[in-house]
Amino acid sequence: MTILNSMLKGFLGGIHLSENKFTENLAIEVMPAPKLVYIPLAQHAGKPAKPIVQKDDFVKIGTKIGESEGFISAPVHASISGKVLDIKQHPHPVLASAECCIIESDETEDWAAGMKEKHDYENLPKEELLSIIRDAGIVGLGGAAFPTHVKLSPPPDKPIEYLLINGCECEPRLTADHRLMLEYPIGIIEGAKLFQQILNTKHLIFCIEDNKKEAAKIFISENEEVRVLKTKYPQGAEKQLIKTVLNRTVPRGGLPMDVGCVVQNVGTCYAAFQAVKFRKPLIDRVVTVTGDGVKESKNLLIRIGTSVIDVVNFCGGFVDQPKRIIFGGPMMGISQYAEDVPIIKGTSGILVSKEVSSYEEGPCVRCGCCVDACPMGLMPTEIYKLVKNKKFLKSKDYGVLDCIECGCCAYGCPSKIPLVHYLKYGKNEVWRLSKK
Amino acid sequence: MKDLLIVSASPHISGKLDISLAMKAVILALLPAFIFSVYIFGWRALLVTVITIVSCMISEAIMQRMLGKKITLDDGSAVLTGILLAFNLPPGVPLWLPIVGSVFAIVFAKQLFGGLGYNFINPALAGRAFLMTSWPSFMTKEWLIPTGSTLSGIDSITSATPLTLLKNPANFGPPEVIIQRLNEMATIKNLFIGKVGGCLGETSALLLLIGGLFLIIVGIVDYRIVTGYLVSFGILAFVLPTKANLPFHLFSGGLFLGAFFMATDWVTSPVTKKGRWIFGIGCGVLTAVIRIWGGYPEGVSYSILLMNVFTPLIDRFTKERIFGEKKKGVKL
Repeated sequence: MTILNSMLKGFLGGIHLSENKFTENLAIEVMPAPKLVYIPLAQHAGKPAKPIVQKDDFVKIGTKIGESEGFISAPVHASISGKVLDIKQHPHPVLASAECCIIESDETEDWAAGMKEKHDYENLPKEELLSIIRDAGIVGLGGAAFPTHVKLSPPPDKPIEYLLINGCECEPRLTADHRLMLEYPIGIIEGAKLFQQILNTKHLIFCIEDNKKEAAKIFISENEEVRVLKTKYPQGAEKQLIKTVLNRTVPRGGLPMDVGCVVQNVGTCYAAFQAVKFRKPLIDRVVTVTGDGVKESKNLLIRIGTSVIDVVNFCGGFVDQPKRIIFGGPMMGISQYAEDVPIIKGTSGILVSKEVSSYEEGPCVRCGCCVDACPMGLMPTEIYKLVKNKKFLKSKDYGVLDCIECGCCAYGCPSKIPLVHYLKYGKNEVWRLSKK
Repeated sequence: MKDLLIVSASPHISGKLDISLAMKAVILALLPAFIFSVYIFGWRALLVTVITIVSCMISEAIMQRMLGKKITLDDGSAVLTGILLAFNLPPGVPLWLPIVGSVFAIVFAKQLFGGLGYNFINPALAGRAFLMTSWPSFMTKEWLIPTGSTLSGIDSITSATPLTLLKNPANFGPPEVIIQRLNEMATIKNLFIGKVGGCLGETSALLLLIGGLFLIIVGIVDYRIVTGYLVSFGILAFVLPTKANLPFHLFSGGLFLGAFFMATDWVTSPVTKKGRWIFGIGCGVLTAVIRIWGGYPEGVSYSILLMNVFTPLIDRFTKERIFGEKKKGVKL
């Protein structure tokens, strides 16, 4: 019955993980502004922002320092007040190295004009709301950092019926969204209502996994439609979430809007609410800092651009020589090579490990664990073999571009083959070949 | 110099299952049937099993050394091949036979094709098939009478295994009487518990069932292959003209050993869900066909070997449906 049920309602594949959400009872703490911030101009999917300040300029909190380039892009704002020291290449959590605006604090904590004041927004037309959200540099805070205004501007021939608010936070360890839902539910609801108004959708559904029942209760008591979902990784992946909640299948290569849906993360809702109500651009976000390599685990509100070493020092410092620092969760996070890499808009967690177990890649024994686990219906074992033999175009036929890099395949692989690594490599090669 | 940070590909956590653990679990699941086999066939069963395990391990080490590979005896796969080969031999075989079988299984069926993961047929079954064709007399006659029972599980008929009796009843007495006694409850009970003659590890359907269910529950054995195999075989054994009843067919010979432990070998069975159903059903159909119409009394090992050969083809034509894909399968 459960198999039948999950086939009818849930998504196929996926895995059950130990959640290890040790920080779920720790309230969000505000980390004071650091001395130096490194604000990358590329923090979102799409084109990087273009710098509009110069060396030695003075900026305030919320001053726009990078202007968006084109439609799929987002502006970038100063997160502290002070002097622009330089604009140069600096370690970047996703791109390895990218152009960053380095700002030194003058410790005044002055806000740019017009910010931090309450604004009425009830009667604003939706074009106005959309442009406020775009100007505030709001991007998807779930991790992919896709510019929010783009998601909120579907073409007119794609009516949106459902707006799903993603509060699944299915990655183990991370509790940032969970805390936000517990502490700022009203802001999230207001933000979601703004999105609903812009998209003109009939339904607004809050989707929360059943390991966060307390959060779900709050939203239910606010008379919102809540769907409590079974905890299963990757429940929070967009297509899987739509399949579970609405039993609609986003077509291959398509977007949620093709089935009349838009999915927004709870953190994004809250950021958009602050942008519209206080004209506050996206200059900080909630990040879970945890792991055996850091003295104190915390849920922190951190300014964008704060380097990881400053964050760790605020959490009591490293326990020992750190072996690995991951931005994001343990399943999809990216391991970092530098201690001065900055927190960006898409950073949901910082995991510091003092012990790292390494595995030797064994031969594929064709157990099929990866095939069973893949929520996208792919055959990771076949694709990895094709990629390893450099048969990239054939790997495209096998759906390498459909991979969402959730890591279910590699997690369960008894031969410890880094399947996601091979599939990412295959994707890049397919893109490279198709550009030629 | 300060230690650099480790950069690794996501995911950064990994499940507990690895190859060596999986092999250990399978060996554990086979242990009850093995202990029972030593109980009913005596120390000879232990001796044969030790010989196959040791010769499999030595062959594996020598081959990996010669091929310039890392020696991977600690993954347990050679030990498992040894146990499975021993389970498929008559307990009374001359002691050089298990050595030859082990060498063939590891050297020709496994290592020459690239070692673990690259063999296209089940090494243990390949070893058995090789011995079966080369020394059929040893492989079909060297049975031992189990402790406290007779070879056939029927009082007074001691000279043949149950499936041989079913194939050629006239060689052992009045056919009608023998067939009738094969279908008796007492015989079925002996078959289920395993107090009959046969290959070393195949006799106890009960203990193999317990081990097999354990492997299904821990997720090492796929239920699709086992279900497809047993159900399709059961239907055919019920429908096709045969003189024995359904429980006799299910509990006799190596069906449970084959369905739970041999057909479900990871390397040589399909990776797709649909493919596993097809694979299991194919094994069941072939086993029934060989048993009922073929020249051999038993068909489990040949049917699994035959389906092993079809595995790449099955995988190719039963691709998983990619999420959101409209048409079935991917264009090749």
